[in-house]
Amino acid sequence: MRAQVVIVGAGLHGCSAAVHLSAQGHRVTVIDKDYSGRHASGVNAGGVRRLGRHPAEIPLAMAAWERWQRMAEVVGDDCDFRPVGQIKVAENDADLETLAEREREVRSLGFDHEYLITRDELHKRVPALSPHCPGGLACDGDGYANPYRTVTAWRRQAQRQGVSFLEGVTVTGLEAHGSGWQVHAGRHRFSADILINCAGAWAGTLCEWLGEPVPLSAEAPMLMITERLKSFLGPVIGATSRPLSFKQFENGTVLIGGGVRGEVDSRRQVAETLLGGLADNADTVVSLFPFMHEARIVRTWAGIEAVMPDQIPVLGPSSTSQSVIHAFGFSAHGFQLSPISGEIVADLAMGREPAYPIKPFSITRFQDYHMSG
Amino acid sequence: MKTHDLMILGSGPAGMAAAATAVAHGITAVVVDEQPAAGGQIYRSIESTPIKERRILGDDYWHGKALVDGLNDPRIDYRPGTTLWQLTRKLEVGLLQGEQASMVRARHVILAHGAMERPFPIPGWTLPGVMTAGSGQILLKSAGLAPSAPVVLAGCGPLLLLLAVQYLRAGIPIAALLDTTPAGQYRDALSLLPGALRNPRTLLKGVGLLAELRRAGVRHVRHVTALEAEGEGRLEGIRWQCGNDSEWHHLSTPLLLLHQGVVPNTQVTRALDCTHDWDERQLAWQPRRDNWLATDVEGIAVAGDAGGIVGAKGSAMQGQLAGLGAAIALGRVSEEKIHKEVKQLRRDLARETAIRPFLDVLYRPAAHWRLPEDDTLVCRCEEVTAGEIRRMAEQGCRGPNQTKSFTRCGMGPCQGRMCGITVSELLADANGQSVAETGYYRLRPPFKPITLGQLATAAEDAAG
Repeated sequence: MRAQVVIVGAGLHGCSAAVHLSAQGHRVTVIDKDYSGRHASGVNAGGVRRLGRHPAEIPLAMAAWERWQRMAEVVGDDCDFRPVGQIKVAENDADLETLAEREREVRSLGFDHEYLITRDELHKRVPALSPHCPGGLACDGDGYANPYRTVTAWRRQAQRQGVSFLEGVTVTGLEAHGSGWQVHAGRHRFSADILINCAGAWAGTLCEWLGEPVPLSAEAPMLMITERLKSFLGPVIGATSRPLSFKQFENGTVLIGGGVRGEVDSRRQVAETLLGGLADNADTVVSLFPFMHEARIVRTWAGIEAVMPDQIPVLGPSSTSQSVIHAFGFSAHGFQLSPISGEIVADLAMGREPAYPIKPFSITRFQDYHMSG
Repeated sequence: MKTHDLMILGSGPAGMAAAATAVAHGITAVVVDEQPAAGGQIYRSIESTPIKERRILGDDYWHGKALVDGLNDPRIDYRPGTTLWQLTRKLEVGLLQGEQASMVRARHVILAHGAMERPFPIPGWTLPGVMTAGSGQILLKSAGLAPSAPVVLAGCGPLLLLLAVQYLRAGIPIAALLDTTPAGQYRDALSLLPGALRNPRTLLKGVGLLAELRRAGVRHVRHVTALEAEGEGRLEGIRWQCGNDSEWHHLSTPLLLLHQGVVPNTQVTRALDCTHDWDERQLAWQPRRDNWLATDVEGIAVAGDAGGIVGAKGSAMQGQLAGLGAAIALGRVSEEKIHKEVKQLRRDLARETAIRPFLDVLYRPAAHWRLPEDDTLVCRCEEVTAGEIRRMAEQGCRGPNQTKSFTRCGMGPCQGRMCGITVSELLADANGQSVAETGYYRLRPPFKPITLGQLATAAEDAAG
């Protein structure tokens, strides 16, 4: 059956769903209130990371990683993916114990992609690191990609497969229509046999309309980037007990982030950076890489992300409608998962059992949640 | 965090006049300027310039002396050599004095940081030896530095003529003055002449400059339609076409000074997310302001060229107006009480700026000077060409934030100051949409790079 599919949200997950659904022959329309990749998808840190994932996400992250290896085949562009490896650094013995525990946990789940490295090995791989760090947890093959280039590659692939994109169009309401939906967007009306909610930080509104509210919060992870520095770093570096993501690009600039939060101005729909959090992040960087004290920051920014209280996404069918599928709330680490989320959405839309376990991501885990106020 | 009643950013004519006005109403103003001395671009180095012979820099330059002297008032906390690196919508102000970063809070802010030169992207404009006329003038005023070999000045606008005359008077040889003003524009501007006659002094000054150049026999090439800078590793010469002639003319020169007008510096108002409008007559973005020069961000006003080009005297008048606005906002005076003064001020301002439409039309850079050919670099920091921007448009980029994410265009140390307007206009042209629809870069602090160490110091200040 050729279904009429409407996807709300032209971010990574919306575009990935569009690619996989159109590949199955469905007629797909993607609606976005701004433009593709305006918020979280286009301005995130670009981490392609399996390291440190929530256990429920590991099978998906492993499958996504396989797709990242051949992105040029999937979307016709390598998305600047650089598999330089990622290392979570221990700053003290307590951190080291946390990492050892993590390694045991991952192994007990049947995976071996994360492994402890000794002090010597750590400093061999990251010579610029402060000598006090006693070890780390490494994941080879992880790395980073260019976020905006990635979301654009997915969008263009979808367009090549006949998907139409309506940007600058805000969905204003839903109306049940037979077994499907009439999607209202101002004066526009779109008929949908299947509706996909990939609206990111704005996905909660659709859930309310569907009678299944979720405790989604819009947060603004902040990033800052330095001027070009001499090459000193290969892998992407994380910290164990405080937020940090630290990488040097090929052009020499260093991107610093990892979860410190700015402020969301919901009226203007923009994320503002906050000095305090940036300074905390700077502290972490300087304690791990003391010479960075003199490195100059040229820009800071923040993007709006949908974060769930348990830090894992809502990915699966609606609990109130047979013809709605959710894929949102990736809680500031959905970038790496984007190739696989669309496959899962397409499977669900076709009435097939997805190839990966998605029960932990069910919206029903929030069924006792009621909107306050 | 320390709180100040009024912070004025910039000590050019607008900032200095605003400070003097505020002080007259009992407000202690903090005046911050990145430069080591007051005066802004127009009165730069007025207290220290080695060029003492008054006729070289001219009466309009020395006119600034009184305003600069006004900053000596002990009620003004004037801080030269201080960089603004952050300003939030809550009026938190991040400053950098020398290596020392700090954060303070303001009850009212007047932005008076002036204009910047419009980008002039021609083939070869990034070669060493190619500068803007503005930088040429800075060197002359602040250090008396002047090229010894004959220079070429090219472009359009009052500043270009003024610099040519200042060079002439200082005895600096001018190889040629290439005028890029399209032929038809003299005719277009003519209809606006009656309005311009309300400010005859400025008009006569312009006529006088042209006459002085002619008397001195400076080679003045008009209606230049194409211009390229050439050289291996640095500027060696230029070539140009003019009129309807397809012949290339060549000239060897080690120094080319380019200029095609000035535009408001909107970096800070953009970062504040003030509403901006595209002014089609001035071909520039302007922060939207009410009749007290207040933006749509509470507590932030913009005076002088930073809000739209009005020239030095117009800027000083706007500074006064914004200073009065601050006094009202801070409850130091009632609007009623200064009603008459304000009415007169607005009248003077209208007369002073009456010449603008004429100048804007006369010196409007033609489209091909603003929309360079594919091979020409647009973003100097990240080396992005006009052709790459056009290709991004084909791939669906509607605005500069998308091309920025895609190509890093505008992400370099200049934060888009050198490419922003060009990219917006290129995308508007390629996508067949207006510049207003196309928009501009979203800007974020720091406005000027600061180190991680300084960031930590500032945060302690903000928390304390």
